[in-house]
Amino acid sequence: MKQLLILSGKGGTGKTTIASAFIKLSVAKAYADCDVDAPNLHLIMAQNSEPERTDYFGMPKAEIDVDKCIECGLCKENCRFDAISDENGFKVDSFACEGCGVCEAVCPADAVSLKPAVAGELMLYADNNKVFSTAQLKMGSGTSGKLVTEVKKQMKTVASADTKLAIIDGSPGIGCPVIASLSGVNMVLIVAEPSISGISDMERIIKTAETFRTKIGVCINKHDTNSANTEKIEEFCKEKGLPFTGRIPFDPEAVKAINNGQTIVDVDCPSGSAVKEVFNSTMKLLFKESNGAET
Amino acid sequence: MKIAIPVDEQNLESSVCPSFGRAPYFLFYNTDTKESYYLDNSAVASQGGAGIRAAQVIADHGVKALLTPRCGENAEEVLRKSEVLIYKSIPGTVQQNIDAFIAEKLILLSDFHPGFHGHEK
Amino acid sequence: MKSKGVKIAILSGKGGTGKTLVSVNLASIAEKSVYIDCDVEEPNGHLFFKPEKVREEIISVKIPVINESLCNGCRKCVDFCKFNALAFIKNKPYVFEEVCHSCGGCMLLCPEKAIGEQEKPIGKVQKGVSGNVTVHTGIMNTGEASGIPIIKKLLNESLSGKELPVFIDCPPGSACIVMESIKDADYCILVAEPTVFGVHNLSMVYDLVRLFKKPHGVVLNKCLDGENPAETFCMENNIPILGRIPFDNELGTLNSDAKIAARESKRYKALFSSLLETVMKEVRHETTVNPQR
Repeated sequence: MKQLLILSGKGGTGKTTIASAFIKLSVAKAYADCDVDAPNLHLIMAQNSEPERTDYFGMPKAEIDVDKCIECGLCKENCRFDAISDENGFKVDSFACEGCGVCEAVCPADAVSLKPAVAGELMLYADNNKVFSTAQLKMGSGTSGKLVTEVKKQMKTVASADTKLAIIDGSPGIGCPVIASLSGVNMVLIVAEPSISGISDMERIIKTAETFRTKIGVCINKHDTNSANTEKIEEFCKEKGLPFTGRIPFDPEAVKAINNGQTIVDVDCPSGSAVKEVFNSTMKLLFKESNGAET
Repeated sequence: MKIAIPVDEQNLESSVCPSFGRAPYFLFYNTDTKESYYLDNSAVASQGGAGIRAAQVIADHGVKALLTPRCGENAEEVLRKSEVLIYKSIPGTVQQNIDAFIAEKLILLSDFHPGFHGHEK
Repeated sequence: MKSKGVKIAILSGKGGTGKTLVSVNLASIAEKSVYIDCDVEEPNGHLFFKPEKVREEIISVKIPVINESLCNGCRKCVDFCKFNALAFIKNKPYVFEEVCHSCGGCMLLCPEKAIGEQEKPIGKVQKGVSGNVTVHTGIMNTGEASGIPIIKKLLNESLSGKELPVFIDCPPGSACIVMESIKDADYCILVAEPTVFGVHNLSMVYDLVRLFKKPHGVVLNKCLDGENPAETFCMENNIPILGRIPFDNELGTLNSDAKIAARESKRYKALFSSLLETVMKEVRHETTVNPQR
């Protein structure tokens, strides 16, 4: 099973719009939404049934038993995350707590213990035809690479043995969740936006992705909003030897389609036609062996 | 000598687990005495550093060789410094891998992936 | 217009809705202000401001260092670490820096006092000036897992004793780095775009600001004709709508060239002035009814 991950660095460039189009075009039997902080793919890929839900436990959180607490303040003194307040008795801020266990270790009264804490929910939609894995991180939780890893694992485990292609919608940024999503994928498609911000963010995500030695391809969305910047991006790709898989125009029809719960290839529109080209180029690159032979 | 293999199930017909750090179980096998035992992998529940912890367990059990399809950089460092050799497992069952190892048909793993950073915050 | 040191955070949930557009332009319109870029993974504000007289400070976290001559091999540190950042190799502990969360636990627990600390750089904060705006930028090094220590330093430094309005440009999402960014804010502006994705993520940050009991209002960006699901969401939940920015090619072009619209165009200077006035009024708890279009 070849895994294609769609990333961008900057938010709002069109990852989910493009991922959903790719899923429709390839009739992918496995896909996942690794943007666990703000998942959106499920809003377009309508599902027939309720998903299987699993609680996701993050780092355990410290809890102070007020009956045992002698208010010595050692816990607060040693907490490096400002997670303990002493306003109305000693209390742990579960959002700031990182579950390190220092407070539990230093408490002379045995009043602090680490308890399991639900940090999100995994969801799995699976039927005879396909598997869709997604998750929702609980608000304020640690930006977790582990939940992203669970989403990918869920997809891989449940996908049928003859699944050739899996499409993974990634998250913005370059931190922990992005790094976790990069692990083990065959190719990353970077969706770039022709703005100064977009170019800056694109360069940072490419730098991050390069350490994983996967194939990297770049496409440009909303290319006609700034042709000078579009050219800059294409030049950059040439210089770095990064395959360029195409451009998609800005298209108000796309917004309408998405708001109606449809992908851009479900309706007849300029961005839909353009994304088909990008899809073909990307698939060619993904399935090409390093000696040039097709698999 | 003692070898270890990450496995999906606790029997010799099981497949080798595709992940080392988050394999559900480890098989420890003595190639001289043919004795074996399984251990639950405590690293599975870890938020991060699973490879490091799994490698620690392997090193603590006096293993001389680990057979695995892939391994992360951090785990590799722990294993290498603990003088555990890492061999690339072949597709097939655990028994097939043990046989291949004894017949000296396995090659050393040379490609290690960067850390997953699968931890919170 | 004068305003005391009010701290306004701008967030959105979804990426690309216009947080930086709004925060950069509001900061520019105010007589004198402070702009803080908390999106340390992908900071963009500085590309618009092009700040001068930039001073930089490296941000580091503390990583344990083992003094092997003092270590007695008891393994207390290895067994304690909840993040698996310590391994026991050939009878000595070994530190894995990038997995370490700098909690200091191993150092505290070592019975031989064999563990000290050293600094590991993870990013930097920059401070510069762009006309009437003092620009603070946080930048995380690529490959690092978390920017929280950088945001903490950014906010500590820039929020102390100022009488100027402060605009905090937040990261996308609603995870812990966003929480860290809005912790000290007096007011939150939620920027929404008229798509179902936008609304879905708007509702998450809406939950977040309510959890933190932050007064808040919405700016509708990229407004087109026709139904606006974000506007509907605001109406249904009685969330004050502070202003509407139309979808406009001129604005898009200026923005994609990293130009500050309020400094380049009379029209946008007027729009953002009006928005700032509304925001400041709202911040002072004056009532605002949802303005008619």
